[in-house]
Amino acid sequence: MKAVGVLIAIALALALQTTLARFLVGGTVALDLVLVVVVYVALTSGPVTGMLAGSVAGIIQDTLSSGVIGIGGLAKCIVGFLAGAIGQQFIVTAALPRLVMFLGATAGHAAVFMGLYVLLGLRSFPAPWAAILSQALGNAAVGMIAFAIIESLPGMAERRRVRRRM
Amino acid sequence: MALLDIRQRTGYLFMAVIIGHIILISAQVNTERGVPLLEAVTFGAFAEVQRGASSMIGGVRTSWDDYLALQSVRSDNEQLRNEVAQLQVALQQQRALAQQSRTLVDLLKLREGTKLDTVAAGVIAGSASPDFRTLTIDKGSADGLRPDMAVIAPAGVVGRIITPSARAAKVQLLIDRNAAAGAIVERSRAQGVVEGTGGSLQLNYVSGTADVKSGDVVSTSGIDGIYPKGFVIGQIESVERVAGAFGAIVIRPAVDFSSIEAVLVVTTPPLSGLEGPAAADEGAVAEPTARARE
Repeated sequence: MKAVGVLIAIALALALQTTLARFLVGGTVALDLVLVVVVYVALTSGPVTGMLAGSVAGIIQDTLSSGVIGIGGLAKCIVGFLAGAIGQQFIVTAALPRLVMFLGATAGHAAVFMGLYVLLGLRSFPAPWAAILSQALGNAAVGMIAFAIIESLPGMAERRRVRRRM
Repeated sequence: MALLDIRQRTGYLFMAVIIGHIILISAQVNTERGVPLLEAVTFGAFAEVQRGASSMIGGVRTSWDDYLALQSVRSDNEQLRNEVAQLQVALQQQRALAQQSRTLVDLLKLREGTKLDTVAAGVIAGSASPDFRTLTIDKGSADGLRPDMAVIAPAGVVGRIITPSARAAKVQLLIDRNAAAGAIVERSRAQGVVEGTGGSLQLNYVSGTADVKSGDVVSTSGIDGIYPKGFVIGQIESVERVAGAFGAIVIRPAVDFSSIEAVLVVTTPPLSGLEGPAAADEGAVAEPTARARE
């Protein structure tokens, strides 16, 4: 059931991402909604789920893009795993830790993603820092909003508490 | 403990997923040479496996071959020994042929260097008795050989025909005890008669006033009616004087009678005594004829 929910979330993120992308092509702000979903799933479900979610989402994203299939999947897999592991070790329910998590996840994803492309000689990313920073801020903002919206849904907080007690 | 197990499983799963992604990426990425990375890595890794397997198989094969080689080394050794023996025999045959060729060449030179008519013949047998020094040659009366024809070799005088048959002839060697020839000392022109002693030669009937000493070369004088003039008989080895007269004058034969393979039979009778190769430098000999004894 959780897997289905994750897949639906990924599908919605991809649909929204592809819908918004045409409006953000020429802009300075680039969002990765799929990454936001992966980090969210990892923080709420643990490293394994985060890892699998990141793999599936990244591969689908790669498939839909013109890049090498697997690089985005690998990057999101690592990010999902690390985010889930950190979320298990530390309390990240507060706003600031979540913000840091989204910023760090975006930076880590960019590092792995761009690093692999550069390492394989497939693409070059001259001066990527501004893009990475803007994306990190945008992802963090979207993620923070997403957390806030989801947790504000009726009974969501209670269900989470029960789930943690179990 | 349970948490540790979960973490370990998670780690394994994470590594598996990572490897899966790497494989997926490698399947699509080409190397600088245009080969897919997965193929290159897989091929490279498998090539190392193949290399190791090949080395191992090669080692086993080499060891097996060495073992088989050791197994067959005995028979090979035996075969090689046989081949070496056969080659040695062949080599000896070749050497004999070469020696025979040299002998024939010398004979040919001798034949061309003399004005005499000769018949070349090969030695096919030795003497039947140690008391007689004879040879048997492969030419006989059918080839024009007659008794008392001189037999010569490139080194010097050999003997004379004593018994010709149709296709063979017996040759009495000059060293035979019953053989003799008219001789002359080339340096002093002293004449005498060379007689066989069974193993060497002895110069007899030399005037006591003649100048004869060791080292002088003795050749045929041609006065015996058998041997043409000027053919080398031998070299004086020792001179013995007794009461003003010569005793024994020993001559070492010029021909090695034990190694004669081919000879020339002089078919022209020595009428003038000027037929030999050294006759051009010498004057006529006016000495009594020394007849060869049978």
